[in-house]
Amino acid sequence: MGLQPYLILAACLFTIGLFGVLTRRNAIGILLGIELMLNAVNVNLVAFARFTGETAGLIFTLFTISITVAEVALGLAIVILIFRVRRTVEADQLHLLKG
Amino acid sequence: MNAGTLALAALGLPFCSFVLLAVALPLRRAGRAAGALSIAAIGGSLLASLVLWRTLPGESVELTWTWLPAEGGPMATVGILVDHLTASMLVLVALVSFLVQLYSLGYLEHETPPALGRYYAYHSLFAFSMLGLVLASNFLQMFIFWELVGLCSYLLIGFWYTKPEAARAAVKAFWVTKAGDLGFIIGIVLLWGQAGTFQFSRLFQMAGDRTLPTAGLALIMFLIYLGAVGKSAQFPLHVWLPDAMEGPTPVSALIHAATMVAAGVYLVSRVYPLFLLTPDVLALIGWVGAFTALLAATLGLVQADIKRVLAYSTVSQLGFMMAALGAGASDAGFFHLLTHGLFKALLFLGAGAVIHAVGTNDIWQMGRLARAMPQTMIVFLVGTLALAGIWPFAGFFSKDAVLAGVWEGGLAIPFLMLALSVFLTAFYMFRVVFVVFFGPRHAEGHAHDAPPVMAAPLWILAVLTVGWGIGLATRGGGEKAHGPEWVPWLATALAVAGIGFAWLTYQKRVVTPETLARAFAPVYTAAVGKFWLDDLYGGLYRSTLLGFSRLVGWVDRYLVDGLVNLASAWTLRWGDGLRRIQTGRAQDYLYGIAFGLLLVIVWGYWR
Repeated sequence: MGLQPYLILAACLFTIGLFGVLTRRNAIGILLGIELMLNAVNVNLVAFARFTGETAGLIFTLFTISITVAEVALGLAIVILIFRVRRTVEADQLHLLKG
Repeated sequence: MNAGTLALAALGLPFCSFVLLAVALPLRRAGRAAGALSIAAIGGSLLASLVLWRTLPGESVELTWTWLPAEGGPMATVGILVDHLTASMLVLVALVSFLVQLYSLGYLEHETPPALGRYYAYHSLFAFSMLGLVLASNFLQMFIFWELVGLCSYLLIGFWYTKPEAARAAVKAFWVTKAGDLGFIIGIVLLWGQAGTFQFSRLFQMAGDRTLPTAGLALIMFLIYLGAVGKSAQFPLHVWLPDAMEGPTPVSALIHAATMVAAGVYLVSRVYPLFLLTPDVLALIGWVGAFTALLAATLGLVQADIKRVLAYSTVSQLGFMMAALGAGASDAGFFHLLTHGLFKALLFLGAGAVIHAVGTNDIWQMGRLARAMPQTMIVFLVGTLALAGIWPFAGFFSKDAVLAGVWEGGLAIPFLMLALSVFLTAFYMFRVVFVVFFGPRHAEGHAHDAPPVMAAPLWILAVLTVGWGIGLATRGGGEKAHGPEWVPWLATALAVAGIGFAWLTYQKRVVTPETLARAFAPVYTAAVGKFWLDDLYGGLYRSTLLGFSRLVGWVDRYLVDGLVNLASAWTLRWGDGLRRIQTGRAQDYLYGIAFGLLLVIVWGYWR
């Protein structure tokens, strides 16, 4: 198998994630979308690392995974706090910065 | 002490006094203490000037400091130039300033202390500026002091600034003299372009060895003369001086009779070697001077305000001086400046004593003051006789020298104008004397002689006027040695005729003033209307300047402000439009980011 299928997979994953981020109204859904996009990047990195023999991509992936975990933990904590204050996690209704 | 130190001391003392009065508020508020300080300073200046005058070395003394350094020598210098001309002018300025400031203590005793302090602060500034003008060693420095005295004149004319006429007169004086000063500064700059220096001594040197380029010099000297026209109230810029009489009388005596208005004459005398290179301009100066003398003398005939009579007489006498300068008799013109400074200050201060006692300027409201104010009558009579040119008063010799000089200079028609002016001068001055001191009407209130602080300056000036004249008479006339024999006789005859005619008209009533007015109806109407010059200038001012101001106002209000308003309106509209993009929803922003990224990628491929 060549590099291309991995890249197509990553592109599909990224697009699905982006679609989710842009269309989901629920804050948790948005977080999930972000997760997908990050993982698409991870797939890219691993695929390139595999085909070029550079190990840097693998190391980056490890960092990305750990940071993603932290990000999700933080993101969910924020979502819970928002829910406590505003009684909703619908992104449409969180528009305090409206001009 | 050498001459330079003395001159600097004379210049520095009033300046220190001014700075003290300007900075030390309690001192200025104290009024009479401020006056004492100012008088002490100008007294010191007077002493220094007198010593300088007596001990002056034969040649001129010049001190120079670099002001604007430039490659190849300084571009402008500051310095003082002391010679006989400067020294005598210094003594005159310091003396009259001193006496007037002393006199003001009595004249303005009813002013509030802060106003009095302000008055003396202005006076100190004036003394400093005038002495600086006299001592200036180059054109640039002279111009700076020239403007400073103009400023003091403005401030002191408008001293009673709550009076609308005074405020208007101050502005008018400022405007009209500025019209002349504009020519002056352009002339100075053009001259610098020709000669590369402002310094009098170097210019004279260049004029002497004929290295000064003469191309366009006539225009330059004419422009410089314009400055003198404005300051010395020559036709057609004489209109400000009579209005300047709205200021306190001592101010009129000092600034608008003896010193500042003579600055124009002094300027022409100072740079006379340059004027000698342009005979056409000199001839113009002579003609304009003589015409001014005659015009102002006719105007003086119809005034009812004692100060205005004196003001027109000042204009007239300045015309005499200028005529002498124009005819080539610069010594005679300057001599007349000095004597006139003394006796005109005397006349103004005498008139001030009368006004102080009677409380009005109108000569028809006065009368029989000879009995109530004998001392004032005597000193006023001394001044009047000197002004009329009666032997042996100082005015006789200087006026005689002027007439002889104009005759020798070959200006026949100006000579006739001046001769007629001599007659008219004697007539209108004795008209005032007869009406005020011997007239039929009793003045209201209890008029009495001035208090000692006012009387002393009067007597000093009177004694000087007589003493100087007698001194000249015993030394055989001094400066008037040249000129034809018949000139003094003619001048005296004309003056006596004028006096006699005034006596017949206003004392004996053989000829009534009304008959005279009817006999000379056109001249009388014109003189009452001030030859319509004021109306002409007023009309010009209103039509052109105010019209222009209105145009500029319209441009400012609708074009400039319109552009600014348009810019602000557009900013508001755009801001309002852009505000709607900020929905506050994170996903909308993400759309923006994604779309933008897409655009960047597409654009990148496109290229």
